[in-house]
Amino acid sequence: MEQLKTIGRELAIGSHGGWGQSKEFLDLVKSIGEARSKAEEDRIILREVESLRRRIAEPDVPRRKMKEYIIRLVYAEMLGHDASFGYIHAVKMTHDDALPLKRTGYLAVTLFLSEDHDLIILIVNTIQKDLRSDNYLVVCAALAAVCKLINEETIPAVLPQVVDLLAHPKEAVRKKAVMALHRFYQRSPASVSHLVSNFRKRLCDNDPGVMGATLCPLFDLICADVNSYKDLVISFVGILKQVAERRLPKTYDYHQMAAPFIQIKLLKILALLGSGDKQASGHMYNVLGDIFRKCEQSSNIGNAVLYESICCVSSIHPNAKLLEAAAEATSKFLKSDSHNLKYMGVDALGRLIRINPDIAEEHQLAVIDCLEDPDDTLKRKTFELLYKMTKSTNVEVIVGRMIEYMINISDNHYKTEIASRCVELAEQFAPTNEWFIQTMNKVFEHAGDLVNVRVAHNLMRLIAEGFGEDDEGAESKLRSSAVDSYLRILGEPKLPSLFLQVICWVLGEYGTADGKYPAAYIIGKLCDVTEALLCDDTVKAYAISAILKICAFEIAEGRKVEMLPECQSLIDELSTSHSTDLQQRAYELQALLCLESQAVESVMPLDASCEDIEIDKNLTFLKDFVQQSIENGATPYIPESERSGMSNVSNFKSQYQHEASSHMLRFEAYELPRPSPAHVIPHVSVPTPIADLFPVPETTCNSETSQASKLPSVAGASSAAHGIKLHLDGVQRRWGRPTYSSSSGPSSTTSTEKTTNGVTHIDGVGSQSRDKLNESRRQQPEVSAEKQKLAASLFGGSAGKTEKKATSTQRAPKGNTRNAERPGAARSRSPETSKEKAAPSVPDLLDLGEPNPTSTTIVDPFKQLEGLVGPAPMPSPLDNSVKTSGFETPDLMAAAYTDLLPSGSSSGSLSSTTTDMYSVDKTSNTATSVPSIKKGPFPQDSLRKDARARQLGVTPTGNNPNLFKDLLG
Amino acid sequence: MGIRFVLLVNKQGQTRLAQYYAEHLTLDERRALEGEIVRKCLARTDQQCSFVEHRNYKIVYRRYASLFFLVGVDNDENELAILEFIHLFVETMDRHFGNVCELDIMFHLEKAHFMLEEMVMNGCIVETSKSNILMPIQLMDKAS
Repeated sequence: MEQLKTIGRELAIGSHGGWGQSKEFLDLVKSIGEARSKAEEDRIILREVESLRRRIAEPDVPRRKMKEYIIRLVYAEMLGHDASFGYIHAVKMTHDDALPLKRTGYLAVTLFLSEDHDLIILIVNTIQKDLRSDNYLVVCAALAAVCKLINEETIPAVLPQVVDLLAHPKEAVRKKAVMALHRFYQRSPASVSHLVSNFRKRLCDNDPGVMGATLCPLFDLICADVNSYKDLVISFVGILKQVAERRLPKTYDYHQMAAPFIQIKLLKILALLGSGDKQASGHMYNVLGDIFRKCEQSSNIGNAVLYESICCVSSIHPNAKLLEAAAEATSKFLKSDSHNLKYMGVDALGRLIRINPDIAEEHQLAVIDCLEDPDDTLKRKTFELLYKMTKSTNVEVIVGRMIEYMINISDNHYKTEIASRCVELAEQFAPTNEWFIQTMNKVFEHAGDLVNVRVAHNLMRLIAEGFGEDDEGAESKLRSSAVDSYLRILGEPKLPSLFLQVICWVLGEYGTADGKYPAAYIIGKLCDVTEALLCDDTVKAYAISAILKICAFEIAEGRKVEMLPECQSLIDELSTSHSTDLQQRAYELQALLCLESQAVESVMPLDASCEDIEIDKNLTFLKDFVQQSIENGATPYIPESERSGMSNVSNFKSQYQHEASSHMLRFEAYELPRPSPAHVIPHVSVPTPIADLFPVPETTCNSETSQASKLPSVAGASSAAHGIKLHLDGVQRRWGRPTYSSSSGPSSTTSTEKTTNGVTHIDGVGSQSRDKLNESRRQQPEVSAEKQKLAASLFGGSAGKTEKKATSTQRAPKGNTRNAERPGAARSRSPETSKEKAAPSVPDLLDLGEPNPTSTTIVDPFKQLEGLVGPAPMPSPLDNSVKTSGFETPDLMAAAYTDLLPSGSSSGSLSSTTTDMYSVDKTSNTATSVPSIKKGPFPQDSLRKDARARQLGVTPTGNNPNLFKDLLG
Repeated sequence: MGIRFVLLVNKQGQTRLAQYYAEHLTLDERRALEGEIVRKCLARTDQQCSFVEHRNYKIVYRRYASLFFLVGVDNDENELAILEFIHLFVETMDRHFGNVCELDIMFHLEKAHFMLEEMVMNGCIVETSKSNILMPIQLMDKAS
């Protein structure tokens, strides 16, 4: 038998000639494939790079050889080694006439070069030439390169040609031209803003591939400006309806679903268009209902479409029936055993509860299971859900859980996110001040370096101002509890800088306020802070200022301040610091210590952090001094508006404005000197030539000037911001679409928010019935008490009714049995599906443990050998004709195509692509049923491949036996 | 944007195919990113989700024999659909190579790239019909 196998191999190699590549290349791939470690792989590649460096520069390298070199370079770069010496050869290869070489050249160039690489300019010319080619495959290759290589500067060089290609007779070219235009839009929306109507046109292309591709740019455009595309709602709904009704060619089917990827894209678009638009949403209800009804739930792809439908339903104007269907689908996801589906279910639930918070109630236990799952991905998704359903009744439990999780993770990106969410929830829903302070302390302690500075400032402000209650007692209680907790926390090592800043500030302001702690004790603690390990200059500045405040309060009270030795040494240290800021603070403290109590009290009044500092803008206290100076012969002050020439310098307000406007170039001439004080408008440096295009600036100018006369500094800040906005507006109006500035976005969000607000309001009442709820739950023995408690604390607020609870828990087991039945049902149907190589029920992750290296070993080898000799592919007589005119008639192409696939491919499917997308194609209908029988593993192929591999010396028993494993098992 | 990258690595973490859509990364950035991702995904068990959050995006991955297919996607992308996109890619390669295995992809790296090029442009899925994806590649084979 061993002998027979050998004969078979030789036969196979004789008829096929290996992989058609040189021994060298095969050896390279083989050694990479068998490399045992990264170090070994690196050695192989370094050697390879050295040899390529020498050989690629040799004169007269044959073109085919060069192609191989280029691919070897791709390998080198892919495995992390620099191959820049060969870039120029890849660029040269794009000039080649032979398509495989040209395309390989383009591929290598797109992999090697970034879009601002110097060599790009050399390729633009080739691309231009190739875009004009008669061979549509060349045009396609060039368009693919356009998508990767053309940057903002080179867009104009190819734009006219790309636009022409939108009307190319070949659908493959049209599709790629649409995507090239999409790329230009991504790179620089302004460059193609006048061409976006082409996307609308291509949406009606009679090739489904072009239509499907056009959805990508349209999605982006609709994201940017929903209102301009409301007229397409009916078209999108119509297309979705036809797709769902299987009116597209069968080649777009995937696992019995009709063009699922196109459906998903359409659903995404509809979600955008229907958001907050009752009328547009009305058009969608029917088709969405159809999709929910028809959707295959046994396959992954069916669930993907279902999930996207849920997203769409939760985004558009709510419809009770659809929401019910969506909730039902979500509950199936959540009850599934698959972690992937659970994940999707948690996400979907998060979307649905925004519309109807009651939906969560039914799934409390499922959600808690997800929260306690060891799978981090699922856990995070669940935290996201909890974040969305937090309210004052459950905030303590949720934030507690979040912090517990936050402490245990090391991923800084996520830590930052979850920390800022904790802060947000705590600020919004904190039940008590103590809890709030404790929570913030924990967040700062464990993620202080990651949270935004703003959060620290908010915390300080909250401690200073209280929670808006007028009760002085509560406020001071909050402060003392903060001081207490901070003094305790200071004992901990390695506190983050931001947290130390907060602590210093609070101790400085309120450390001695309630008389519980003596000043010396607080000062001592503050001195300790500056000696801590992670103390930076900012913390030192906060600390010394805090010490200053405490000293000031003591002096103002008439007490004597005892200077501690460590405090004195701190002052000495800081007064010689490199930081001038620290120096100044140290000297200020020293100076303050010498002042008498009266002066100190007015310099540093007690608890004045919330007082508004009043600034006398008219500087009345200087009147006498000014008067005196003028009498002594000084020139009187001339208000800015009355001066000419140097108008933008003196006034605070105009200085601000100047800063804002100086960001852009001024195109108008400098103004002539104006003698009269009336002309203030020119200070707003709106380019006058286009000022008449938009009427807004004039009114703002007027209001500005009137404001300016009254309160210049306030108007200054706002007008500066206004100034920038003004200009941008003008530019948009000038070049953008006419309707750019009008948007109804905000109005849509407020409507949904209002409903949730209303509900949370009612929820407050619900908490009373929590006890009752617990009671009813205690009767179910199967769920652990702890989990129930958690569920109650999380969902208690939204539950409300006990009867409802009972029914929902009764429903749960029923759902489970249905769930258990489903796999069985799927399996019973599998005889027909399993003939497809990848039936939908095939598990995602294949078992690797199987020792057999090739699937062929199970089959009788003799039979395969017979088979091998049989269908040895003979050179096709069509070869030459394809080369010359293969792309003209679809028939010929179809012939060539089917010739290439001697066994097991759906030949009929090809013809359907040429037919109208909206007509049901009979031939394709019949054709698809045939290939499924022929499909299945190709034992001949496998054996042939195995044989070839052995011939080359790559053995399955080597270091990497998996090289031969069929990916699809 | 949608898809940020498509990455094929084997069980040992060796890269078998890499295509980036979001931005061009330098060699060092790519090395670091791939190392990070591979460490994260390969450590997961079969029972866990096929999705992993990474930095500010997600990775959807699927394992076939010794090969891991990892696709980086933006947060608003439908994970299940991406999971099936991976499968479609594998099915397409399988149709072309016949019982596709790791070695096929290694020996025909450029063809695997061409197929991906037909399926994904600008980070969007543009073609899902296997015959449309394979037609240009097969015509090219014929012509040469």
